[in-house]
Amino acid sequence: MIPLDELKIGEQAEIETIETDKLPLKLIEMGCLPGSAISLIQNAPFNDPLYIKIDESHLAIRKETAKDIFVRLID
Amino acid sequence: MSKALNIALLGNPNTGKTSVFNALTGLSQKVGNYPGITVEKKEGICKLDRTTKGHVLDLPGTYSLNASSMDESVVIELLLNRNSKDFPDVAVVVTDVENLKRNLLLFTQVKDLGIPTLLVINMADQMKRKGITLDIALLEEALDTKIAVVSTREKKGLEELKKMIIDYRQLSTAATISINTIDEAYFQNLEKIFPNQSLYKLWLVITQDVNFAKLDRKRVSDATDFKTASPSNLKRLQQKETVKRYQFINQVLKQGLNIDRAAATDLRSRFDRVLIHKFWGYVIFFVILMTIFQSIFSWSSIPQDFIDSSFASLSQILSEKLPAGVFTDLLTQGIVPGLGGIVIFIPQIAFLFLFISILEETGYMSRVVFLMDRGLRRFGLNGKSVIPLISGTACAIPAVMATRNIENWKERLITILVTPFTTCSARLPVYAILIALVIPEGSLLGLSYKGLMLMFLYLVGFGMALLAAWILSKTLDIQAKSYFIVEMPNYKLPLLKNVGITVWEKTRTFVAEAGKIILAISILLWIMASYGPGKDFNQAEQIVQQDYPELNDTDLEIKTNAYKLEHSYIGILGKTIEPVISPLGYDWKIGIALISSFAAREVFVGTLATIYSVESDSEDTIKNRMASEVRKDGSPLFNLASGISLMLFYAFAMQCMSTLAVVRKETNSWKWPMVQLFGMTLLAYLVAFSTYQILA
Repeated sequence: MIPLDELKIGEQAEIETIETDKLPLKLIEMGCLPGSAISLIQNAPFNDPLYIKIDESHLAIRKETAKDIFVRLID
Repeated sequence: MSKALNIALLGNPNTGKTSVFNALTGLSQKVGNYPGITVEKKEGICKLDRTTKGHVLDLPGTYSLNASSMDESVVIELLLNRNSKDFPDVAVVVTDVENLKRNLLLFTQVKDLGIPTLLVINMADQMKRKGITLDIALLEEALDTKIAVVSTREKKGLEELKKMIIDYRQLSTAATISINTIDEAYFQNLEKIFPNQSLYKLWLVITQDVNFAKLDRKRVSDATDFKTASPSNLKRLQQKETVKRYQFINQVLKQGLNIDRAAATDLRSRFDRVLIHKFWGYVIFFVILMTIFQSIFSWSSIPQDFIDSSFASLSQILSEKLPAGVFTDLLTQGIVPGLGGIVIFIPQIAFLFLFISILEETGYMSRVVFLMDRGLRRFGLNGKSVIPLISGTACAIPAVMATRNIENWKERLITILVTPFTTCSARLPVYAILIALVIPEGSLLGLSYKGLMLMFLYLVGFGMALLAAWILSKTLDIQAKSYFIVEMPNYKLPLLKNVGITVWEKTRTFVAEAGKIILAISILLWIMASYGPGKDFNQAEQIVQQDYPELNDTDLEIKTNAYKLEHSYIGILGKTIEPVISPLGYDWKIGIALISSFAAREVFVGTLATIYSVESDSEDTIKNRMASEVRKDGSPLFNLASGISLMLFYAFAMQCMSTLAVVRKETNSWKWPMVQLFGMTLLAYLVAFSTYQILA
C-alpha cells in the first residue's frame, strides 16, 4: 500500500483507505472511496498538482491531498 | 393556456446542462441575480407543446446536495423551499453518459427529496466512440424514473424530454435509499422529535449551512439529542450516506451500463499529452493568449472606425435637421457622443467574450488551471485564480464572482483583490484611442508597435496582479485550510449555439449596464459644461471680444466657446484639480475625464467626446479631435509621454464603482473595496507621475 503521490504514470491501482477526516467531502462524493479504481494520468512540474482518474472521473488534486489517499497496485 | 410548469435543471458541472437549457429555451432566456446575492440566476421559457409552457430554471452546477459554496447553497435552498415561486414541479437532472456513476449521486439525492425527478443522459453522441451501451428500460426500472437520452449536439431526444416533462405527474416520488439505514439510532431519535417530516430533508437541514424559510433550523439544532452529533461525526455520517448511495448506483449500473473499453478511442489523452506537457503546455498557453490579444486589437479596428465615424455623422445630421435649442444641443453634444463612446467598443468586448467562452467550452480552461496551480501558489494564488484573471480581461465583475469556487478563503480574497489589475474591456477603448494617437506606425517581428503596446499593457496588468498577490500573501494574516479539486472535462468542439448565446448575453448586459451609467454621466457632463456661474461664463462673448477685437466671426466663436467651457462648472472643477494632475502630463479636460472615469473607466472617451463637442460645433471623430488638442506651447497634448502616463494610470487605478460594489458583496465588508480604491489609485498616480517625468 502506497500513498497516491508515489504512484507512477500509467500504473493501475485501487483505493485501499482514505484519511476520512482530512479529505474534503467533495472529493469523496466525486468517487474517491475505498474500492474505486485509480490511476495517475499526468503530473505537472514538481509532481504537483496531480492529474488522476478515479473510476470515470478525471480530476486534478494537489500533492498534499494525494498523501491522504492510500492505494494498492493492481497488475 | 394553463400556468407554466416550473422546471429546474440540475446537474454536475461539465455535463452539458447549459446546452440542454439553451436547446430548450433558446433566446427566450433571462439572466439575473438571486435576491440579495450575486449568484447568477438563469431562467427561460420553453414551449413544451401547443398548450403547455415551461418556466425553466438553470440551477448552478453542483456535485451533490452538500453545499460547499454559495452557488450550491442556492440549489438546496430552492429544493427545500416549497413556498418559493420557483419551486419545481419537476426536477430534471442532467448527466453525462461517460460519467454516469458519479452523476447519479446527485440524482438519487434530488429524488429522495420527494420531488418528481427526470433523468437526462446527455452527450449520447459520445456513446459509440466510448464503447458505451445502455439498457434504458432496465435503468428506468431500477432508478424508478423516466430517462431521456439526449444529444444537444445532434439535436436528438429533446422532443421526448419535453413529452416526459409534460407527463411529470406519472413520475414516482419514492426515495432511492432509506436514509435511516446509515445510522438507525440517530434517525430514530430524529423521527421522534419531528414525527411527520421527511428524514432526508431534516438531515440536509442539519448538515447544511443554508437559510431555510419553512423549516426552523434553530429548532432543529437546539434539540438536545442532536448536539451529540459533533461536526466530525456528522461528516462521518455524510460519508456513510455517500457510500450507501454509491452502493445503490453500482448495483443499478452493473446491469444497465456496459462499457467496451476496447471499442473506446481516447482523444483526451492525445490532446493532454501536448496541451499540458511540462514545457510545450506553457508555450501553447502563451501563444494562445498572445493570439487572442493581438486579434482583439486588429479585428476590431474596422468595425470600430466605422462606428466612430457613423456617430460623428449622426450628430451632424441631427444638429442640421432638428430645430436649434437646448434639447438638440443636449442630444448632439451630450447623448450621441456619450453613447458613441460605449458602442465603439462592442466589437472588442464581443471578441473577448467569444474567445473566453471558446476556451471554457472546449475544456481547455481546466488544463490551464492545472498548468498554473503550482506557479500561482507561489504568489499566494490558486490554479483556479486563472479563470478570474483571464475573464477579468473581459470584466472584473463576473471575474470577482468567478472566484467563488476557490475553496481557500485567503487565496480567494487575494484573487478578488488583485483581479481589477487585469486589463478589463472597459480599459480597451481608452488604450485603443491613446495607442492610435501616440504610438507610431511600424512593426517588429511582424507585430505592429501598436499591437505590441497593447500586449505590453496586458502583461503589465497581469504582472501587477501577481506582484500585488505576492505582497498580500506575505502580509495578510489569515489561516485557511487549502484544498484544490478541479475536474478535467473531456475536450469538446464548442457548440456554436452556446458560444453565440454567451457572447450575445454578456455583451448585451455589459452594454446595457455600462450604457446606463454613461448616458447619465454624459447628460450630467453636458449640463455642467453648458452652464456656469458668474459673468465669466455668461458674458463670455463680450469679454473675448474686448480681449481680441481683431478676430473675425468664426474665430471669435471658437474662442468664445473655449472661454465658456473653461468657466463652466465643469471647467472650474477641472481647473481645481489641474495642479494635482499636471505633473502627470494632463490638462484640466483630461482631469474631468479622470474624475468621471471613477464611475466607470469606459466613460473616458465619451467624456472627452462630450467636452470637445461642447467646445467646437464642428462634428468630427473623437480621434481627430483628440489629435488636434494642443498645449500652451503649441505641441500636441497627447504625445508619447502623456499618452503612456495616462495608459499606465488607467492600468493601475481602481476606477469602477460596480467592481467596488461587487467586492463589498463578496467579501461582506467595506474594508477590502477601500483597500483597492486607495491602494490602487495611489499606485497609479505614482507610476503615471514617474513615467511622465522620465519620458517628457
